[in-house]
Amino acid sequence: MEIVNNPHADNLVRYGASRSNMIVLSGDLTVATECHKFRDTHPERFFSMSMAEQNMLSWAGGMAREGMIPFVHSFCVFLYRRPYDQLQMSVAYPNLPVRLVGFLPGLDTPGGVTHQSIEDIAALRCIPNMSIIEAGDATDVETILDATDGIEGPVYLRMLRGEVPRLFNADEPLQFNRARVLSQGNDITLLSSGRCTEEALRATSLLQAKGLSLTHLHVSTLKPFCDHTVLNALSTAKYGIVTMENHVRIGGLGSATAELMAENGIGKKLIRIGVDDTYCSGATLGYLMRKHEIDALALVSRVEEVMGTRFDITADDLAKARNEDVKSRSTEQLEAL
Amino acid sequence: MDNTWQTQAKRIAHGVRRRVLELTLKNNGCYLSQTLSCADLLATLYTKSLNLGPSKGAFIPDKNPGPPGQKGIKPGHGAAYNGPQGPENDRILISPAHYAVAVYATLVETGRLSADAFFSFNTDGSSVEMIGAEHSPGFELTTGSFGQAVSQAGGIAFARKLKGETGRCVVFMSDGELEEGQTWEGIQCLAQYKLDNVVICVDVNGMQCDGATADQMNLEPIDKRVEAFGGKVVTVNGHDVEAIDQAINHTDHKDQPLVVLCYTNSAQGIPLLEERKPKLHFVRFGGQDEMERYQKFHDAWEFEETA
Repeated sequence: MEIVNNPHADNLVRYGASRSNMIVLSGDLTVATECHKFRDTHPERFFSMSMAEQNMLSWAGGMAREGMIPFVHSFCVFLYRRPYDQLQMSVAYPNLPVRLVGFLPGLDTPGGVTHQSIEDIAALRCIPNMSIIEAGDATDVETILDATDGIEGPVYLRMLRGEVPRLFNADEPLQFNRARVLSQGNDITLLSSGRCTEEALRATSLLQAKGLSLTHLHVSTLKPFCDHTVLNALSTAKYGIVTMENHVRIGGLGSATAELMAENGIGKKLIRIGVDDTYCSGATLGYLMRKHEIDALALVSRVEEVMGTRFDITADDLAKARNEDVKSRSTEQLEAL
Repeated sequence: MDNTWQTQAKRIAHGVRRRVLELTLKNNGCYLSQTLSCADLLATLYTKSLNLGPSKGAFIPDKNPGPPGQKGIKPGHGAAYNGPQGPENDRILISPAHYAVAVYATLVETGRLSADAFFSFNTDGSSVEMIGAEHSPGFELTTGSFGQAVSQAGGIAFARKLKGETGRCVVFMSDGELEEGQTWEGIQCLAQYKLDNVVICVDVNGMQCDGATADQMNLEPIDKRVEAFGGKVVTVNGHDVEAIDQAINHTDHKDQPLVVLCYTNSAQGIPLLEERKPKLHFVRFGGQDEMERYQKFHDAWEFEETA
């Protein structure tokens, strides 16, 4: 499994090269959000807005009104928590093409509660005019910016940084409002998003080897949520549906799936794997995903629950899969917070 | 008849005040005091100080066009009433959307909006909303949540500078908004990027919803505070149209945003209102007697050229 270092840093430069109206705003997190190469390559289109996020969001709206497309870089939390009103009134209401490029989604940071955006999708999904796309691997990161082309209004991008594994073929770009079909089967449909797809892949091959017939979709577009690929996959599951996300269970992928199922009369059991209704502490990603039961082991036990059977897959088996199937990022990776 | 620009601006300001008093009597309630404090400033901006050009908006507006969006109107819809958005045109950006009635009245007095449309104020289905937004006549921005216009103006002014446009972005704001932290984020950013194409005109009427700003949250010394954040400050009597124009158009503020502090009286023109201070946020009359006193005042209220 290939690991790509800082895929956004190079991709932002590539993407910006041919688009003279795109600009980058940074909230004093330029290296930490991998827009430093863009700053060095296109200094005339890079603007530091420092630690004043309310101003940054309204300012971005103003620049977008004049025909520019601002890509606003910060950590996820600082793009919506503090400037939520500015995001709505200065950007979303006027339906302006501002791109919110957010890093450290969910539990992706040892920074603890102030840096963990565990409820961002819930907070943003209800905003009119807003689109939401989440990256799950290096290919997603390398093609997510292109997927925003042509979207008239604001887009929130839930990004991955640093050492990012490549799960999907580099020549199969992320497509807006289209899930990736990773496997097809009839027993269970699994929808995973973002970081959780990497985690799910650690378990799915073992489950399939034990005889489970599984449809697995990687969902990158969380709003709108009307992809017929998803709807079809929900319809075919015989025993139930499992969602898995790096986010609280309220308001994210699991909730969107429940709404879609209810509205389409798909009366099946739905298991939502996500962070419980609680804030989290600062620790390594692996520790937090285990503690909050959004990891591969949690997926195995929830699938067992749906199927009413034991698959005898141990944490050791999954750890081996970790090495063989998905070479994980170093957990010692230094993070600028 | 004296036809200097000063007299014309004052005549328009009088018309704005009288028209909003008429609406206040008709509806028994309106943002009257805000209109009284800012009328001279708005009249000066619309008739003298800015390069706006004739209205491109519908004199009789359609019903409320709904919000911007995929199938909706374009951003900045209401700005058409302020004229074309050429590179040399100034933009007037309304920050305190609670002053909407004063903006609409100014559009009427300057021939940009029909009087009938004005009287559709705050009625169902009208775009002439009580607290206007960018779908409303005269509004380029959505600013009823206070303190966001300075930053939005900064983004617009910055983009216009990058594009080589010469027109200014003129923000009309209220003093209460200086209490919002974002205002100061905005001013420090304007200073950082040396945006001297931004002019902020503040109606310092000393009032906010709960009473006098001095009692609620002291803002003074405003001039020193703004200067400390990097703005160039000029303080004027906000009812002196000549002083307002002089400050906006004849202050050297190279590489700095200009902030014009217009000190005003929120009962200006209607002495009867003085007794109600400092409870003037939304003027509603107490009973028939009071109503009749104001009606009588309204009916006899003529523009005096020397006023």
